[in-house]
Amino acid sequence: MNLYDIIFYIFAAITVVSGVITVTSKNIIYAAFSLLFTFFGVAGMYVLLGADFISIVQIIVYVGGILILLLFGVMLTNKVTSTDIKSGSVNVLPAVIGVALFAGALISIIIRTKWTETPGEIPLSTAGTLGSVLLNEYVIIFELLAVLLLIALIGAASIARRTKEETN
Amino acid sequence: MLHVGLHHFLVVSSILFSLGLYAIVTRKNAILVLMGVELVLNAANINFVAFARYGDFGASGQLNALFVIVLAAAEAAIALAIVINLYKHFSHVNIDEADNLKE
Repeated sequence: MNLYDIIFYIFAAITVVSGVITVTSKNIIYAAFSLLFTFFGVAGMYVLLGADFISIVQIIVYVGGILILLLFGVMLTNKVTSTDIKSGSVNVLPAVIGVALFAGALISIIIRTKWTETPGEIPLSTAGTLGSVLLNEYVIIFELLAVLLLIALIGAASIARRTKEETN
Repeated sequence: MLHVGLHHFLVVSSILFSLGLYAIVTRKNAILVLMGVELVLNAANINFVAFARYGDFGASGQLNALFVIVLAAAEAAIALAIVINLYKHFSHVNIDEADNLKE
C-alpha cells in the first residue's frame, strides 16, 4: 500500500460517509453542508485520476455555484427562524431494500469483470489538451452548450419571476 | 486487491449513484431530491474520468465530464426556478403533497 492508495482511501471515505449523511440527515442545512464534503471528495478523486482541470472546475462550479444555489433555494422555500430546518422521508424500507440490491448487483458485476487497464503517463497539465480538443473536435458541442446555457438562463428567470396574475 | 485500480473508482461511483437514487426515491423536500440528482451526476462523472484515465481515449472522457458539469449547472438553475414556483403555489416544497397541476 503506497501513498497513492492511502490518499485514495481517505478521499473515498470522505465521499461515501458525507454522501450517506447527505441522503439520511433530517436537517436540510446539514445535508447541504455534507454535500459540500462529497463534492470535495469527488474533486480529490479527479486529482488522483490525473484530471486537474476537471477537479478545479468541479470545485468552482459545484461548490461555488450549484451548492450556493441549492442553499438559496432552501432559504427561499422555508420559513427560516434558525438553522433547524427539518424534512422527512417516505418509503424508507422498500427504498433501502431496492437500492441495496441494486448497489450489490452493480458492485459485484464491477468486481467480477476483468477490466483491461492501459494507464498512460499522467500529464503535468490537462488544460492545454482539453482546450485544443474542445475547440477542434468538439466545437459544435461547445457552441450548443453556450446556447443551452443562454436558454437555461432566460428560462430560469422567466419561470421564477412569473406571478399569479400572469399565469391566469 | 489493496492496490488501487479502475474498479476501486467504479465501486465508489456506484455507491455514490445508489445513494443519489435513494435520495431521489425517499426524500420529501424537492431541494433534497435535487441533491440526490447531483450525487448521481457526480457518480457518472467519476466513471467518465476513471475510464479516461485507465482506457486509451485521450481527452474525450474528461471533456464529457466537463459537459456533464455544464448540464448539471443548467439543470440546477431551471429546477430551482420550478421549486420556487412550487413554493409560491403550495407554500411548501414537499413533492409528495403537490398533487395538482393547476388550480
